[in-house]
Amino acid sequence: MDSLGLLADGLAGAATPQNLLYAVLGVLLGTLVGVLPGIGPAMTLALLFPITYAVPVDSALIMFAGIYYGGMYGGSTTSILLNTPGESSSVVTAIEGNKMAKAGRASQALATAAIGSFVAGTIATLLLVLLAPTVADVVVELGAPSYVALLAIALLAVSAALGSSKLRGFISLFLGLTIGLIGTSTGQARLTFGQPLLADGVDVVVVAVAIFAIGEALWVAAHLRRRPLEIIPVGQPWMSKKDWGRSWKPWLRGTAFGFPFGAMPAGGAEVPTFLSYLTERKLSKHPEEFGKGAIEGVAGPEAANNASAAGTLVPLLAIGIPTTATAAIILDAMRSYGIQPGPQLFENNGDLVWTLLASLFIANTLLLVLNLPLAPVWAKLLRIPRPYLYAGILFFAALGSYSVSFEAFDLLLLLLLGLLGLTMRRFAIPVLPLIVGVILGPDLEMKLTEALALSNGDVSTLWGEPVAVVAYTVAAIFLVFLGVNSLRRRRTQDEQKVEVDA
Amino acid sequence: MTTTSDIGADETPATTTRVVDKAQYGLAAFIVLVGGYVLVDASGLTKGFADQPVQPYAVPYVVGTITVLLGLALALATWRGDVPESEGGEDVDLTQSSDWVTVAKLVAVFVANLLLVDPLGWVVSGTILFAGAAWALGSRTPIKDVAIGLGLSLLTWYGFYVGLGLPIPAGILDGVL
Repeated sequence: MDSLGLLADGLAGAATPQNLLYAVLGVLLGTLVGVLPGIGPAMTLALLFPITYAVPVDSALIMFAGIYYGGMYGGSTTSILLNTPGESSSVVTAIEGNKMAKAGRASQALATAAIGSFVAGTIATLLLVLLAPTVADVVVELGAPSYVALLAIALLAVSAALGSSKLRGFISLFLGLTIGLIGTSTGQARLTFGQPLLADGVDVVVVAVAIFAIGEALWVAAHLRRRPLEIIPVGQPWMSKKDWGRSWKPWLRGTAFGFPFGAMPAGGAEVPTFLSYLTERKLSKHPEEFGKGAIEGVAGPEAANNASAAGTLVPLLAIGIPTTATAAIILDAMRSYGIQPGPQLFENNGDLVWTLLASLFIANTLLLVLNLPLAPVWAKLLRIPRPYLYAGILFFAALGSYSVSFEAFDLLLLLLLGLLGLTMRRFAIPVLPLIVGVILGPDLEMKLTEALALSNGDVSTLWGEPVAVVAYTVAAIFLVFLGVNSLRRRRTQDEQKVEVDA
Repeated sequence: MTTTSDIGADETPATTTRVVDKAQYGLAAFIVLVGGYVLVDASGLTKGFADQPVQPYAVPYVVGTITVLLGLALALATWRGDVPESEGGEDVDLTQSSDWVTVAKLVAVFVANLLLVDPLGWVVSGTILFAGAAWALGSRTPIKDVAIGLGLSLLTWYGFYVGLGLPIPAGILDGVL
C-alpha cells in the first residue's frame, strides 16, 4: 500500500529525538489540561500559539497533535473521579464512570478508558491515513463554486447541528462572521472604527483566547463553587480478565461510531459517545449494572471520543475545513506557517503531513505508556487551589495575546471579546460557530470572488458543478427538516400546555 | 412595546406561568445593534475595482441584515418564554446566584494590566495581574500570591527571550533583566 510506505517515511521523520520530545511534551500537557478543570485542548492550543513563532513547523504540529489526543484522554479522568465532565465529549463517560469509582472500581474505569482510547485512537488514525489522501484526491479536482458550497454547508452544519437551540447557533455564527469582516482585505476598511491596528483584522488567536480562556474564567468566577468537590482517590489502574472480556467489543463499536461522526462536518464527539452508550446498554449481558457502574458504559464512549478526534482530522487536512474548536486552532497554526490545509497539502507538504500522521501513532502510544502509571498524579492535580488556577489562566491568556504583536491594544480587544464570551455563556450561546465563522467567513468571501471572477460575474456558476448541486440539495433538505422539526416540537409543547391547563 | 404584544401577553398568563429572562432582551438589542452597525458601515463603502465581482459591501449587507433578523428572532423567542440553559462545568455551581462583584474585580485587574503593560513592562504588570486575580477570586495570602505571580512573569519573560528569541518589552525593568 502506497500510503503505508509514505507513513513509514513519516515515522522516520517523527522519531527524531527533538520531535519525540515535543510529542511527549504535547501528550503530557494535553492530559494535564484535560484533567484540569476550566481549560480544554482548544484553549491550550490557543495559549501555546506563541511557540509557533520559534519552533519548526513539524515539531509544533506534533506537539499540537499530542495535546489534542491527550486532552481527549484527560477529560475521562475528571469524569470518572469527579462526576463533573471537563469536556463535552466526556459527559457520557461520567454516567457510568463515576458510579464505578464510587463502587471502588476507579482503577478499572481509568484502565478501560486508557486502553480503549489507545485501541480506538490507533484504529481511527489508521483509517485517517488510508482515507485522507483519497478524499484529498477527490477534493483537489473541485473548482471554486464547489468550495463555496462546501464552506457554506460546513458553516450551516456547525451552527445548526450542535446544541439545543439552532437560533443561538446562528447568532454565534453571525457574530463570528461579523468579526471576520473586520479589516481591509477587500481594499477598503470595513468595521475598523478608523483604528489602523484593525487594518489586518482581528487575529484569530486573540479571538480564540478571549472567547475560550477569558470568557470561561469570568464565567467560572461568577459561579465559583464554594464547597470543595468530592474527589475519589485512585491507585494504579488495572483490569481483570473479566473486565478485558467485557471491554473489547465496546471499544471496537465505539470506534465505529466515533470515526465517521468526527469526519463529518459538525459531527463532533457528543453524538457518537451518546450513541455508543445507548448501544452498549442495549447489547450488554449485564443490563442491570447500567446506572450502577457498568464497565461497558465507560469503554464504548471513551473509545468513541478518541476515534472522533482522529476523524476530525480528515476534513481538516483533506479539505481545510475545521469541525471542532481544537481543529480550528490547528488550522490557524498551520496557516501561520504559510501552510494551507486542503487538497494541495498532500502534494505541497507531503513530508510534513506524513510526519504529522506518524506522530499521531506515537502520541497515542505515549498516552498509554505515560498515563497508566501517572493516573494517581493526575488525580492529585484536581486539588489545585481555584484562585491560582483561574488567575493563571488569565495570566497566560493575556501573555498569549500580548505576544502576537506586543500591543496593549490587543489586550483591550482580548478583554472586550472575553466579555462577549462571558455573555455568550450566560445566555447559553455556543462558542464553536463563532470561531469557525471568524476563520471560514473570509475564506467563503474569497472563494466566492474567485468563482465569480472566473465566470465574469455570472452567478449561475455557483451551481454549475455537480458537487455544489449535491451540497445545496443536502443543505436544503436539512433546513426543511429543521423547520418541520421545530414546528412539530412547538405543537407538542402547546399540547402539553393544554394538558397542564386541563 | 406594541399593542399586539400586550394583547398576546394578556392572553397567555391564564394558561401557563411563563418565565421571561428579561436580560435576554438586552442581548437581543445588542445583536440588532451589531447588525445595524455592520449595515451602516457597509453603506459607507464605495464600489471597488471594476474586476471585483463581489463588491466590498456585498457580504457586509448580507451578514448585517441576517444579524439584525437573528436579534429580532431572539427577542421574539424570549417573549415566547425561551430561557437559556447555562453552561455547567467542574467548578461551576449554578444553584447559587451569580457573583458579578468578583467578575467586576477581575475586569478591573485586567484593565489595570492593559494600562500598565506599556509603562511598567510585562514582568511588573503580569505580577499585578496574577496576584490581583488570585485576590479577586478569594485568595487571602497576598505575599505568596505576589511571589508566585513574579515567578511566573520572570519565567515567561526569560522563556520568551531565551526559548523563543522574542524580547517582550521590559518597561521600567529595562536593563535590569
